[in-house]
Amino acid sequence: MGKRTGMEVAIAAAEAVALCRIDVAAVYPITPQSHMAEHLADIIHDGRIDAEFITVESEHSSISACAGASATGARVYTATSSQGLMLMHEILPIVSAMRLPVVMGNANRAVSGPLNIWNDHTDIMPQRDNGWIVMHAENGQEVIDMTIQSFKIAEHPDVMLPVVLNIDGFQLTHMIEPLEFPTQEEVDRFLPPRVPFATLHPDRPISMGCFNMPDIFMETMKAKDQALINSKKTIVKIWNEWGKMFGRSYKPIETYKARGAETLILTMGSMGETASVAVDEMKAKGRSVGLVKMRLWRPFPLDELRAAIKGCKTLIVMDRAVSFGGAGGPLGTEIKSLLYHDDPRPRIVNMIMGLGGRDVQVEDFIAMVDRAERKEDDGYEYYGVRE
Amino acid sequence: MNTITNFEIYAPKLVEKREFFSAGHRACQGCAEALALRLILKALGEDIIVANATGCMEIISSAYPHTAWEVPYIHVAFENAAAVASGVEAGLKALRRKGRIPDRYVKVVAVAGDGGTADIGLQALSGAMERGHDMIFFCLDNEAYMNTGIQRSSATPFMAATTTSPAGKAIKGQRTGKKNVAEIMVAHGIPYVATASPSYPLDLMQKVKKARAIQGPSYIHVLSVCPTGWRAASHEAVKLGRLAVETGFFPLYEVENGKYRLTVELPAKRRPIGDYLKLQGRFRHLDPADVEKVQALVDKEFRKLMHKVETSVPWS
Ligand SMILES: Cc1ncc(C[n+]2csc(CCOP(=O)(O)OP(=O)(O)O)c2C)c(N)n1
Ligand code: SF4
Ligand SMILES: [Mg+2]
Repeated sequence: MGKRTGMEVAIAAAEAVALCRIDVAAVYPITPQSHMAEHLADIIHDGRIDAEFITVESEHSSISACAGASATGARVYTATSSQGLMLMHEILPIVSAMRLPVVMGNANRAVSGPLNIWNDHTDIMPQRDNGWIVMHAENGQEVIDMTIQSFKIAEHPDVMLPVVLNIDGFQLTHMIEPLEFPTQEEVDRFLPPRVPFATLHPDRPISMGCFNMPDIFMETMKAKDQALINSKKTIVKIWNEWGKMFGRSYKPIETYKARGAETLILTMGSMGETASVAVDEMKAKGRSVGLVKMRLWRPFPLDELRAAIKGCKTLIVMDRAVSFGGAGGPLGTEIKSLLYHDDPRPRIVNMIMGLGGRDVQVEDFIAMVDRAERKEDDGYEYYGVRE
Repeated sequence: MNTITNFEIYAPKLVEKREFFSAGHRACQGCAEALALRLILKALGEDIIVANATGCMEIISSAYPHTAWEVPYIHVAFENAAAVASGVEAGLKALRRKGRIPDRYVKVVAVAGDGGTADIGLQALSGAMERGHDMIFFCLDNEAYMNTGIQRSSATPFMAATTTSPAGKAIKGQRTGKKNVAEIMVAHGIPYVATASPSYPLDLMQKVKKARAIQGPSYIHVLSVCPTGWRAASHEAVKLGRLAVETGFFPLYEVENGKYRLTVELPAKRRPIGDYLKLQGRFRHLDPADVEKVQALVDKEFRKLMHKVETSVPWS
């Protein structure tokens, strides 16, 4: 195990990718992902790893090039954010349908309209139904660890699906944190070279990406759904393996002082750390509050969520995205529908907050808990908006 | 016109016997895109990988669980054949260097229609060429979006009727001339650019072989008669392809390191464009004055090309 180094998280993400000995990277720069792209270019141009760096002319091409490279059997990486992810949108479900392992870092940023470069989850949420494995990191160490884990998960013969690791823009990408890197030998042991299932090569010609008529399309879609659902087993297995090797454990749902708490806050991404401080403060004042954090968003860890919230009376779901004209934030509406048949089930309060970089501090979490306990209707609510 | 004597004696030596684009696909009768593909693949031979854009050739060749492709093939979407091919090329390069695939040269080939090249695919194509990936990009130009029902593209010729540039009372078909993608590719400074036609199979295959031998990007623009979309007789597809060349509407040339050369010489007095137009229902609405306008455009484009043929010198 290496020693701790102070490093910007975006740079650390690129260093983690390098430790994975990728074969091809195709990256197009966008704030707040740019340092990842630039540092990866530095690493490859300095010859620190032997990889092709494709300086694509757009994100549509970066994900397309990743698909092509992955189809040859290469280990591939891309990173993007917001508008870039939206531009990739068309290709994302094709990559998963073709069962091509691709790992992507997404520096979460608000989607334009109006333009805003700061953090929220409005970029990843529209990509929810594309058949990718979607995970969120909470801090820099998790970014390193989960980047490395992502390759192993994506390439695993029981998975063969693309993975997107969400890294909150600025709030996480631009933090300088004390970080611990595994050594190259350790990563090599954890993540041997990719052994692809089928590749584009003249020695065994195959056709990839054939279109489906109505008589087979639904079977393909169900198989894709099944593949994503099944991947959870392998994800958990790989996380356990990581835990044994490196002593840092990863679970689909993380909890903080959640057991027995009457009110639970549910977060995703970097705000979990702030929320945990708020929980400590409230606990110190004798309030029965705990924290649940979604690490894995797709496949949805329903059993783990049920276990984590068991017995709580109020679940406050924090959404950094909105489904305009719908029933609230994507997390809130989905959790409500998943728990609909459970008896007993908690009251669910859905808060929309922290859009476009709006700061959410410890006192804000406390205020949201206060508000949720007083709230009488079931509708979602924007927190901290000037009227 | 170049005619080949004793074809039966020479053809087997000139043309690969094996089929890499197999029969049984779903193309229309007389489809020259399918013919072009068949010849292109014969000229390329083994050890290639094809990245195909959405379009007629993808649809007619790859209805799961069938495939017409005897070579490795990938289709991802409409506008990204060049980007997918970039990734395939990069992947092969890295894996070969690292000893994870056999140490053998494999040529990467992208195939797209005129829509997948001149319109929605132009950005990805430009990027791939500018970056210098080792690939051949083939544009199979049938002068419209045929797969989706004969809508106009920027490669549709002046005044041609399509379903989105109909021959109306106020506007008579396509308002603009054909976008010259070959010229755009020359401006990228790539080592080899050519135009070709399956109506000139040996010329086409020679150009494909030349491009295959180049380590770097090359571009071949293949005019491919589409009897369905051109409202023409399917048994006249090959003849139409020849008329396109003989009238100077689609001259066959190549540009090697910036040096232009006609590969099929034309007589000083070319055939009138009317000979070509009158066989196609998409030009049925043209009156004699319209045909004059088309002729003037063809003459202008041909003069521009001949100027380059006469004056260009190789870059190196
Ligand atoms: C992003 C996107 N827009 C539109 C389409 C619909 N579409 C599929 S193929 C095609 C036209 C293909 O035209 P071309 O590239 O000229 O090939 P052809 O079918 O004529 O050979 C269109 C418009 C699509 N598949 N994807
Ligand atoms: S529509 Fe035209 S290009 Fe498409 S298969 Fe038919 S003839 Fe070929
Ligand atoms: Mg076309």
